[in-house]
Amino acid sequence: MTQPLVLNYLRAKKQFPHVWCPGCGHGVVMGSLIRSIDKLELNKDNVVMVSGIGCSSRMTAYVDFNTLHTLHGRPIAFATGLKLAKPELPVIVITGDGDATAIGGNHFIHAARRNIDLTVILMNNNIYGMTGGQISPTTPYGGRGSTAKIGNPEHPFDICKLAIAAGASFVARSTAYHVPALDRLIQQALENKGFSLVEIFSQCPTYEGKWNKRGDAAAMLKYYKETAVPVASKSRYSEEELKEKFLIGVLHNEPKPEFTSEYEKIIEKYQSQLEMKNMSREKVEDESETKKQNDKTTATED
Amino acid sequence: MPEKAILMQGNEACAEGAIAAGCRFFAGYPITPSTEIAESLSEKLPSVGGKFIQMEDEIGSIGAVLGASVAGLKAMTATSGPGFSLMQEGIGFACMAEIPAVIINVMRGGPSTGLPTKTSQGDIMQARWGTHGDHFLIALIPESVKESFYLTIKAFNLSEKYRVPVILLLDEAIGHMREKIFLPEYSDLLLENRVIPMLPPQWYKPYEVTPDFITPMAPFGTGYRYNITGLTHDEMGFPTSKENEIVANMNKLRDKILRSAGDIVDHEALYTDDANTLVIAYGSGSRSAKEAVEYLRSRRRKVGFFRPITIWPFPEKELAQIIKKVDQVFVVEMNQGQIIDVVRKVECFHKKIFGINRYDGEMITPNQIISKIREAR
Amino acid sequence: MNQKQKSKTTKQPPQKTEIRLSGSGGQGLILAGIILAEAAAIYDGVNAIQTQSYGPEARGGASKSEVIISTNEILYPKTTRLDYLLALNQESCDKYARDLKEKGLLIVDSGAVEHVPPVHSIRLPLVKTAREKVGRVMTTNIVSLGALVGISHIVSPKSLEKAVLSRVPKGTEQLNLKALKLGFEMAEEIRERFED
Repeated sequence: MTQPLVLNYLRAKKQFPHVWCPGCGHGVVMGSLIRSIDKLELNKDNVVMVSGIGCSSRMTAYVDFNTLHTLHGRPIAFATGLKLAKPELPVIVITGDGDATAIGGNHFIHAARRNIDLTVILMNNNIYGMTGGQISPTTPYGGRGSTAKIGNPEHPFDICKLAIAAGASFVARSTAYHVPALDRLIQQALENKGFSLVEIFSQCPTYEGKWNKRGDAAAMLKYYKETAVPVASKSRYSEEELKEKFLIGVLHNEPKPEFTSEYEKIIEKYQSQLEMKNMSREKVEDESETKKQNDKTTATED
Repeated sequence: MPEKAILMQGNEACAEGAIAAGCRFFAGYPITPSTEIAESLSEKLPSVGGKFIQMEDEIGSIGAVLGASVAGLKAMTATSGPGFSLMQEGIGFACMAEIPAVIINVMRGGPSTGLPTKTSQGDIMQARWGTHGDHFLIALIPESVKESFYLTIKAFNLSEKYRVPVILLLDEAIGHMREKIFLPEYSDLLLENRVIPMLPPQWYKPYEVTPDFITPMAPFGTGYRYNITGLTHDEMGFPTSKENEIVANMNKLRDKILRSAGDIVDHEALYTDDANTLVIAYGSGSRSAKEAVEYLRSRRRKVGFFRPITIWPFPEKELAQIIKKVDQVFVVEMNQGQIIDVVRKVECFHKKIFGINRYDGEMITPNQIISKIREAR
Repeated sequence: MNQKQKSKTTKQPPQKTEIRLSGSGGQGLILAGIILAEAAAIYDGVNAIQTQSYGPEARGGASKSEVIISTNEILYPKTTRLDYLLALNQESCDKYARDLKEKGLLIVDSGAVEHVPPVHSIRLPLVKTAREKVGRVMTTNIVSLGALVGISHIVSPKSLEKAVLSRVPKGTEQLNLKALKLGFEMAEEIRERFED
């Protein structure tokens, strides 16, 4: 059953095989996203998908929507303009940890602050895969990559906390292992009117796995399974225990006025102001017209 | 209704021209000396149902502009030197993905933060080669408030027609000066809109090489589900690394501009029939140059005047016709000499070419030009 | 293409007047320049260009706003030799007086400018009038315009009044008209004194 559904949404003709490595988590995320879009019965002609640069961002070429594959770090900026221009279209941003929080960090926090109605699907693999395994803003302290071969001396972002602090109205986290939960979270994110982030831990066995000796894809998925704590079960763990775990589920859901709807109100205000001005101007012009007519008569009399 | 006279700043005239041209989206970031354009459009756009957004930086601004353009709106931004530098990657994307957009750069002194409140023409070459890779785009440069209005409209027309970013280069002097302008009835203006596809979606090729190299552009959300990318792409808009497709992509971007140069390029020439000396100037510098030429003409000096209005592509053919008849050429620039190299390229008869330059943040004066021309004798 | 040959019409001797309004940032001189240019360009129907200094200069110190009024097309937009200079503080008086033409006229605020250079000049209580007679020191710019135009007639008083009304903030019209009138009256007194 699943296969035909996904095929309905793929550009099967030319775009395959895809660029993702065997064992990569990104394909799972794409499947989950497609199922969510299908479940919500969004019209393919309306769905806009905007991506940046990186492994995850290659998704736009494969799916049969209005797809915009932009510059490194910039998908949220492009999506902001697109959404404001046509608020009726659902706009989904496909991005990664490097794309969204290193080079695109500024756009990420400001879109969250505006609470513009974008659904950001952020695949976090703690590494730059496309360029060959360099460390990213989410590589853990001590973690390794091709630019930190003996261990990362920096500290990572908690992307969900970052988004919450910046003002996002819906923030959730899942992994490439917790697929049914991921489906539901993406649906919820798509339904939220405002800035929604779904951060998905998506394994990169090729680089992240290899550099950090985390085993193959199966081992990495197993790690996600064992380390994830659903928000609802948080109380079962002590503070100390939670330090070694990560939370999954809806981490933040606080609706607030959305930017493009607020902007519609600005338009209404300016347009009614303009109408008033035009009305009073017409009145003045009518008066001056009669006055001119009178002046003309006197002029010819002269 | 007759034309209405208004006292207006160059920057305000750009904002008004944008509205007249049908622009319905602006994204920008405050920067002197261009900020009045954003301030003005923050009111004008919503009044006509358009959208205005102040972005987090200029990189975000150009991104939002291109996103809005993909959605089908005529879109623009305005900035100055440092912001223009930040926009270059977005301008390259617009070139590659053939997305219409108008970028106004009100030039101030540089490099770097330079002279924020003073005038300059230092970004002429940056407008041409600011982004990386082989690329072709259009840049226009007005000399007055009136021309700022009309060239903003022309910038949108060319951008929409050729699916290319168009840069409007004001200098601070033009952006901030107030002059009288007669605004036309907007319904009388000739406006270009991008061609949209007539074919059914299954036959639509978003980057098809057509005889005139211009491909219809479907706004997102209208049933044409296609891909746009900054990667080198095939006719369907998908990334390619096949040599023949790469070359076809690159040639299309070039030929749509170069083969239409006759339609795009504009210039002004005065007193060139009998001239033995030619003064070339552009932007605010051309006002001083014209005053100098008028003065020298009144002293019976056979001086002619040439002004590129489209600075990229440069009116090379038009200048070549004039330059072959004169003995010496003076190139007036408010920089250390940028267009003079283009003039040297056009002028291949080894005539005398002199630069008259000023780059202290002030406008070049008519007297400075007159005395340089007299000295050269 | 755009080849145009200007026909050589025998021109009227060009009537070109160059004015600089100077003082401290925040005294409303930019607005005064705009009003003056608008009076000339829109209501008198001649040509006018207004330019100004921007940046740190415009925030305190010597700030300036320049207007050129001409019956001909104005090309170079900045002033070269001034016909009129208004100086509302000592600093701008010292800095700009040398730009006056030989027959140019300097108008200074009698309260703020102590040392007047040896040029044709008039001292007027502009700030004092705005503060005491209008009741708002922020109307100094309009009092000054009234005085300048009353003395020089570079634009018609009627046009100036229209331009003031179109440019001052809503709700301050009456206040500014009063300031303008006081400026005109001040000029009238001066004219009478000169004619005597």
